[in-house]
Amino acid sequence: MKGSIQIDRERCKGCALCIDFCPEDCISLSDDLNLKGYFVAAFDDSKECSACRHCALMCPDVAIEVSKS
Amino acid sequence: MKTVYARPKLLKEADFHYCPGCGHGIINRLLMEVIEEMDLQGDAICVAPAGCGMLLYNYFEIDVIESAHGRGAAVATGIKRVRPQNLVFSYQGDGDLAAIGTAEGFHAANRGENITVIFVNNGVYGMTGGQMAPTTLLDQVTTTTPTGRDAGLAGHPVRICEVFSQLDGTSYLERVAVNRPAAVVKAKKAIKKAFQRQVDGAGFSLVEILSPCPVNWKMGTLEACEWIDEVMVAHFPLGVFKEVPC
Repeated sequence: MKGSIQIDRERCKGCALCIDFCPEDCISLSDDLNLKGYFVAAFDDSKECSACRHCALMCPDVAIEVSKS
Repeated sequence: MKTVYARPKLLKEADFHYCPGCGHGIINRLLMEVIEEMDLQGDAICVAPAGCGMLLYNYFEIDVIESAHGRGAAVATGIKRVRPQNLVFSYQGDGDLAAIGTAEGFHAANRGENITVIFVNNGVYGMTGGQMAPTTLLDQVTTTTPTGRDAGLAGHPVRICEVFSQLDGTSYLERVAVNRPAAVVKAKKAIKKAFQRQVDGAGFSLVEILSPCPVNWKMGTLEACEWIDEVMVAHFPLGVFKEVPC
């Protein structure tokens, strides 16, 4: 079972809570600025996301959608 | 691919105005998830506060009425009394409920109004720039307590759940937090329980939610979440303070 997340980059404020609470270290802060001027979180598809939803539970901007195959 | 988590439909498309890492966004989301799951979107009426939560009508796809500062429980009382079939809840911060609105909250609780109060406790006046609130901890540094809150000068932090638990009118009181994934799940359960109890006619319910305010606490976002567990919970213990069988 492999999970993946989609981050709405324009909603993201780069607070990094998704990064801090991801148990599989799948998310990092990118060098990309969104229109609001925040560096946004980015998902690394090569890591073992388990679709645990911790990132989505903690995202204060409801910017993360979680899916699994 | 199967979607296992998506943005609740009852949240409008507007982006939150909250600061990065603020707990309000998590709580807003939980409220809309619960109302969606309980299929109460046509019946729910939210009473918004003055404070960081004042723009709820921009985010909630349910009816929202703005109240004067601190008067959320009084406005909710009026709505519930004329529309008892609706789910009526006020959303109030610590400056709103525990300072200027103490009388309205306290007496609505004491009368046992069949409403729910969502009480967001982040220990400061957020919207106005992080001044001391009644819930500010002793020694906590804010813009109006630059050397820390001194009990001799400014009194002690108010524990709303404990105070309200002494009122015969209250039916369900729980304090939760939104600083960790497991805590967020628990907070959602508490909100759902409070709403269900209102639907069942059990009387006044209040869910106090310890919420990070990293910008005004002058902390990193993770540090703010950890501070809740390490410092805030010692004064504001989590748990159910009252649950009257219904």
